[in-house]
Amino acid sequence: MIAISNAPLLQLALPEVILACTALLVLAMDILFLRTCRKGIRLAAAVAIASAGCVGAILRLLLAPEQANFLNGALVANPLTHLVQIALLVLTILILWISVDSTFTEHVGEFVLLLLIATVGMMFLVGSQDLLVIFISLELLSLSLYILTALDKRSARSSEAALKYFLFGGMSAAFLLFGFSLLYGFSHSTNLAEIASAIHCSHLNGSQLNPLLAIAIVTTVIGFGFKVAAAPFHFWAPDVYEGAPAPGAAFIASGSKVASFFIFFQLMVVGFAGAEGSAAWSRIVPGWVPVLAMVAALSMLLGNLVAIVQRSARRLLAYSAIAHAGYMLLAMVAHTQQSLAALLYYVATYALATLGAFGVVAVVEKRTGSDALSNFDGLSRRAPVLSFCLFIFLLSLAGIPPLAGFFGKFYLFASVLAASSSLGLLWLVVLAIAMSAVSLYYYLQVLKRVYVASAPVDAEKIQVPMLSQLVIVLLAWAVVLLGCAPYLLLRWVLEAVRVSGL
Amino acid sequence: MMLAWTIYISFLGALALLLLPKGSATLARSLALLTAIVTFAITLAAFVQHRTGELLTVTQKSWIPSLGIEYHLAADGISLTLLLLTGIIAIAGILFSWNIEHRVQEFFAFYLLLIGAVYGVFLSYDLFLLFVFYEIVIIPKYFLIAIWGSTRREYGAMKLALYSFIGSAMVLVGLLAAYVVAGAKSMALEDLARFPFPLHFQMWAFPLVFVGFAILAGMWPFHTWAPTGHVAAPTAASMLLAGVVMKLGAYGCLRVAMTLFPLGLGPWGFHVLGLGSWRDVFALLAVIGIVYGALVALVQKDFKFVIGYSSISHMGFILLGLMTLNQLGLAGAVVQMFSHGILAGLLFAVVGRMVYDRAHTRDLATLGPMNLNKAIPFAAVTFVVAGMASMGLPGFSGFVAELMILVGAWRAFPLFAVCVGIGIVAGVAYIWRAMQRAFFAEAGVEPTPMQPPLLPISIPERLGAILLIGASVAVGLYPQMLLNVILPALHSPLFDGLRKGSWQ
Repeated sequence: MIAISNAPLLQLALPEVILACTALLVLAMDILFLRTCRKGIRLAAAVAIASAGCVGAILRLLLAPEQANFLNGALVANPLTHLVQIALLVLTILILWISVDSTFTEHVGEFVLLLLIATVGMMFLVGSQDLLVIFISLELLSLSLYILTALDKRSARSSEAALKYFLFGGMSAAFLLFGFSLLYGFSHSTNLAEIASAIHCSHLNGSQLNPLLAIAIVTTVIGFGFKVAAAPFHFWAPDVYEGAPAPGAAFIASGSKVASFFIFFQLMVVGFAGAEGSAAWSRIVPGWVPVLAMVAALSMLLGNLVAIVQRSARRLLAYSAIAHAGYMLLAMVAHTQQSLAALLYYVATYALATLGAFGVVAVVEKRTGSDALSNFDGLSRRAPVLSFCLFIFLLSLAGIPPLAGFFGKFYLFASVLAASSSLGLLWLVVLAIAMSAVSLYYYLQVLKRVYVASAPVDAEKIQVPMLSQLVIVLLAWAVVLLGCAPYLLLRWVLEAVRVSGL
Repeated sequence: MMLAWTIYISFLGALALLLLPKGSATLARSLALLTAIVTFAITLAAFVQHRTGELLTVTQKSWIPSLGIEYHLAADGISLTLLLLTGIIAIAGILFSWNIEHRVQEFFAFYLLLIGAVYGVFLSYDLFLLFVFYEIVIIPKYFLIAIWGSTRREYGAMKLALYSFIGSAMVLVGLLAAYVVAGAKSMALEDLARFPFPLHFQMWAFPLVFVGFAILAGMWPFHTWAPTGHVAAPTAASMLLAGVVMKLGAYGCLRVAMTLFPLGLGPWGFHVLGLGSWRDVFALLAVIGIVYGALVALVQKDFKFVIGYSSISHMGFILLGLMTLNQLGLAGAVVQMFSHGILAGLLFAVVGRMVYDRAHTRDLATLGPMNLNKAIPFAAVTFVVAGMASMGLPGFSGFVAELMILVGAWRAFPLFAVCVGIGIVAGVAYIWRAMQRAFFAEAGVEPTPMQPPLLPISIPERLGAILLIGASVAVGLYPQMLLNVILPALHSPLFDGLRKGSWQ
């Protein structure tokens, strides 16, 4: 029995503690004092308190000690985790601001509470090297997201999506837990590094890939494949993206993506070190890399091809998210320091662009009644600024320079090619680039409606709420800026990756 | 140093147009014209001041240090020739779209965005930067056609955008692979051109990158985007497409594919159907393009399709010139880039602006009875002059360029040079046929008086036509003007690899 001292734990988990306290404060304020106020004021107050809490957590992270490791990796802190946690908090703040004028629920306090609790889950998830803590924080995140999805109680779609999300999520959690239990049985430890050394020892004993390990790899990939919406574990994504209230969907598409990809990378690369195998076209060796290569290829193909036939903006974004998950998995197939930096850059800029796109969709949806693509007809004449921002977000997702998405793709693909000798992963890169060409088609279809099609006769100008417009313009500006000057962000990412190692 | 401002001024002009208050069409046009004239003046000044053989470094700054990517703009003789072409076409295109009334500001904003990106491609000496500008071109092109176009515009625009994007995807694969093989330290053109890539790598990377660029240059059989795109596009956009955008492809072939992977042009060591290297393959495709384009142009009913297919034919000359690998052929190819840019621009202006915007039809059979040479004599004269230049009559730029390419091809591929003769004869025939059917009613047919009478040719149109004809005649009478800057550029260290391969 190890005695746990509370002081270092509290010190290390202070940002999360701040967030959790803020969440309770928001709920208390809303229920005790603001019950009778108008909903707009309640939401504004809740968002203001929550944003302050997030800013507080960011400040704490900036001032926190550089390196820390509590209880053999149960909680770790290094520049890399700090960077990712700050990115998550910034995304949460942006989502809070976008949701200020939303009207889908009476339960304002609960809504903001759930967003913050999900953020706490993500922050613990990112800052851990231990299977148990990873699993618990993943569940904290997932449970909050299930409820968030269902929060639009007037919409049958929302409930249906939540139930679907919950059932798939429960099943994938079972897979994940099964995989983790096998890993524990295999290595007698829940620490990632110790699991890796156990794998290393089993290799020294001469055996090929241990069957237990193979099953653990597959079930872990299933569990996280569900989290990041990679094919063939993507079935929940289109429904949830379509049915969930807009801020919830934006949260699932951005923040939760960033956290899941980061920890997925850590888990595979650190925990399964020694069982990589190889996915080079000339020399396929069993291990987790070829498994991920197949999942990545399938996601890119399925996401891009199915997106072509979508008629709803949110479903289109969902399939494009599946495709992007495929591109990002390539970074894990490469599993080098370079590719980790590329993954972080890619997922951060992807989150910004997709968050912005969801912001625009939410505004259009609210003013026209649904997110059908035909409601975007002639948008450029009804809301010029909003349309221009959508133009930037979608082209960034398609990977057109000089937007952030292009540099993300370029850097990602370059790091993947550089990872294996004699261009072994070229086949995946060729597939990815070919599929980006396909993706331009469906993004252009949306932009064609916005810019080319004429607006319906009775259409009038769309009034965009101030704060939403501000956040959307800010996001568009960030996407352009990070595309023109990628080094602004890349410098921090590279430095953090260099200091923290993999 | 001023040359970089061609890019910035164009982009700033586009931004200013978007911020302009609504409803001032004349102001928008004037602003766009002013922007184009300023950029042209800058390129002209640089062209005149250019000391022969010099590589003019415009700016060189570290951009993404950890990847070795630089913001490096520079110009040699080849770039300057094409920059000059871009400046001329930009002005002419605005003059010929003076009658645009629908969403004027957006039109010229997309137009200037396109122009700025084209300047950027011709100025880039870092391949990452070049690729960035190369892809920026795609998006304004799509919207120019889809919003302001005519016949089947959305189909034509999407086809064009996807062909361009697939081409640039192929280029991206090749560039990424080259970057990684060379150690992922630099994307600078001269560094990569100097790097000795292994032979087997060049053997697949060269055709990949070359075809990627050649799709935009209209190489047969990847040319089908061009006629539909040209026909769907509004006049100014088809002028830009044929005038400069197709040149981007040809420029990329020469500047990137051939300098990076010169060994890819070498013999395979075996023969398939008499073809022994990629050089033979692409030369054959170029010749097929020349003959096929001319023959298809000969049977078109739509006036604009005639010009569209003639572009395929003329672009074939450029690719053939590149594949000769001798000094005469390469220089001829660059002169042809300039010449075809001017002439295709002029022909599209006559068909799209002078004829179609007035007669509202491009059907040659309907145009005939209108007796257009009486109704709009200026258009008829312009077309006759442009047609003569396009046929390659002496005194115009087309003659010099095609002669140089033919002589170069005669040395490298005598058999192909003979086949090109068929294309040239067909070239005379399709211009003659179009001219007669469109402008001159057949003898004995009583011309039907037009109701209402056609608008006279406006001043901006006259100015644009004079500008383009003037440029073509100037190069035709004094080709040394271009050759003096092009030939030394071909002897720069950049082309060392090519020279050592099979330079004659």
